[in-house]
Amino acid sequence: MHDRHGNPAGVPRDKDGHPLIQRYTANERSNHWFTAILFILLALSGLAMFHPAMAWLYGLFGGGQWTRILHPFFGVLMFVSFMLLALRMRAHNHFEEGDTQWLRQIGDVLANREEKLPKIGKYNAGQKLLFFTLVLCMIVLMLSGIVIWRQWFSHFFPIGLIRFSALMHALFAFIIIMSIIVHIYAGMWIKGSIGAMVRGTVTYGWARKHHPKWFQKVMKEGERSH
Amino acid sequence: MALQSLDIKRVSATTVQQPTARHPVGGEVAKLIDVSKCIGCKACQTACMEWNELRDEVGVNSGVYDNPIDLTPQSWTVMRFAEHETNDGNLEWLIRKDGCMHCEDPGCLKACPSPGAIVQYNNGIVDFHQENCIGCGYCVSGCPFDVPRISKKDNRAYKCTLCSDRVAVGQEPACVKTCPTGAIMFGTKEAMKEQAAGRIEDLKERGFQNAGLYDPAGVGGTHVMYVLHHADRPALYSGLANAPAISPMVGLWKGVTKPLALMGLAAAAVAGWFHYSRVGPNEVSKEEEAEALAEAKRLKGETKGEKQDA
Repeated sequence: MHDRHGNPAGVPRDKDGHPLIQRYTANERSNHWFTAILFILLALSGLAMFHPAMAWLYGLFGGGQWTRILHPFFGVLMFVSFMLLALRMRAHNHFEEGDTQWLRQIGDVLANREEKLPKIGKYNAGQKLLFFTLVLCMIVLMLSGIVIWRQWFSHFFPIGLIRFSALMHALFAFIIIMSIIVHIYAGMWIKGSIGAMVRGTVTYGWARKHHPKWFQKVMKEGERSH
Repeated sequence: MALQSLDIKRVSATTVQQPTARHPVGGEVAKLIDVSKCIGCKACQTACMEWNELRDEVGVNSGVYDNPIDLTPQSWTVMRFAEHETNDGNLEWLIRKDGCMHCEDPGCLKACPSPGAIVQYNNGIVDFHQENCIGCGYCVSGCPFDVPRISKKDNRAYKCTLCSDRVAVGQEPACVKTCPTGAIMFGTKEAMKEQAAGRIEDLKERGFQNAGLYDPAGVGGTHVMYVLHHADRPALYSGLANAPAISPMVGLWKGVTKPLALMGLAAAAVAGWFHYSRVGPNEVSKEEEAEALAEAKRLKGETKGEKQDA
């Protein structure tokens, strides 16, 4: 039996029978990984054109001409996919009380001293910051990317704007790759996070330790789809 | 130009030094275009088509002498006709042969992301190697003279080669060979500067007080130079750039920021490894799991002492 999100019915449990909390639905997970795969393809093809030291990456895409052809199409797909994902996540990404305090205590965050941090909901201030950084980067990359998409669009724009767009495209590509490096590392560092996005579920202990306010809300309202 | 026989001093998207032992002892080459001698016959356009086997589509008359109206992937040089009224009411027809200026500091080469698609030979000629071109159009953004054109047929960039294949075997460019008035000359850059100096003196004697050589320093000088009657106002000649230079935006985009950005990305990844190996992962202990289960029961209001479900 599966529900309309493609998830098995009933309270989720791990293989030893411990209860789990559903953090991401199957649709959210697929949306995330579709975006992630496209991001990797874009980063690799973009870096090939970014600096000669990375030019060997052209080979992954079948040479320079293919890299140039594919990169913008990957970009459009990622933009659409990301925007759908952002719409799903937007309700949980409002800055609220405690977020400033959390950012101020970034030293405690990095030193695994979570007990000293303010209680947080589904996302902490770092995750919210990532959310808004990604939204901004995606919009700037999409707009500047259209202007420098030579084959179809560049001839509609003046040379000054094309130069400015090339510069912005490189700058925001740097910011987004930097952000995703932090995002990937955070997933590897906070054990259980990758499982949340691969399997969709987290343990009670994970939820209570990292997102106590969210844990309390889930416990009061039921374990499914939060 | 594929399989070139000239030594190369700079290659696009390449960070290492090219071999420098051999260099042109006689000096680098230059083409000198004496605008004051040009009669606008377009023989140079025809010679360019002939030698380079280019045949542009037959277009339509745009109401002016310029034909074609702009540079294209099939037209690497175009005569631009400008009517200029002097202060004393005379009309001057300023005809400039437009095309690649072969900058000593080429913006196209600086912007190009494809290794080996743009090269600069030891003799100063800037050449596109289309077999390595990826068609991104960055050279168009890099050029201060709006010269490179991307073909819609093969998505590769084209422009004047200064007939590098002819120069390689000791011949002058096709346009130089064909020019009936001797307005286009070719030789070492030094010889061309001397030639220009004599001509500028003549022009000054004949009343062109501001005659001069166009060899703009902003791009390190060019290997195509103009003798202009009004060197103080290059823009009179169909918008020739007064002070061309690689745009600061291109400089920032392709300059020192890129290696720094790349190092920044590598540093972020390495910082992750060091954080992990110093602080370690953030894991949930068995005790924390047990506490969470107990709290869950309280929050759900289940009776204490009831059999645990885990």
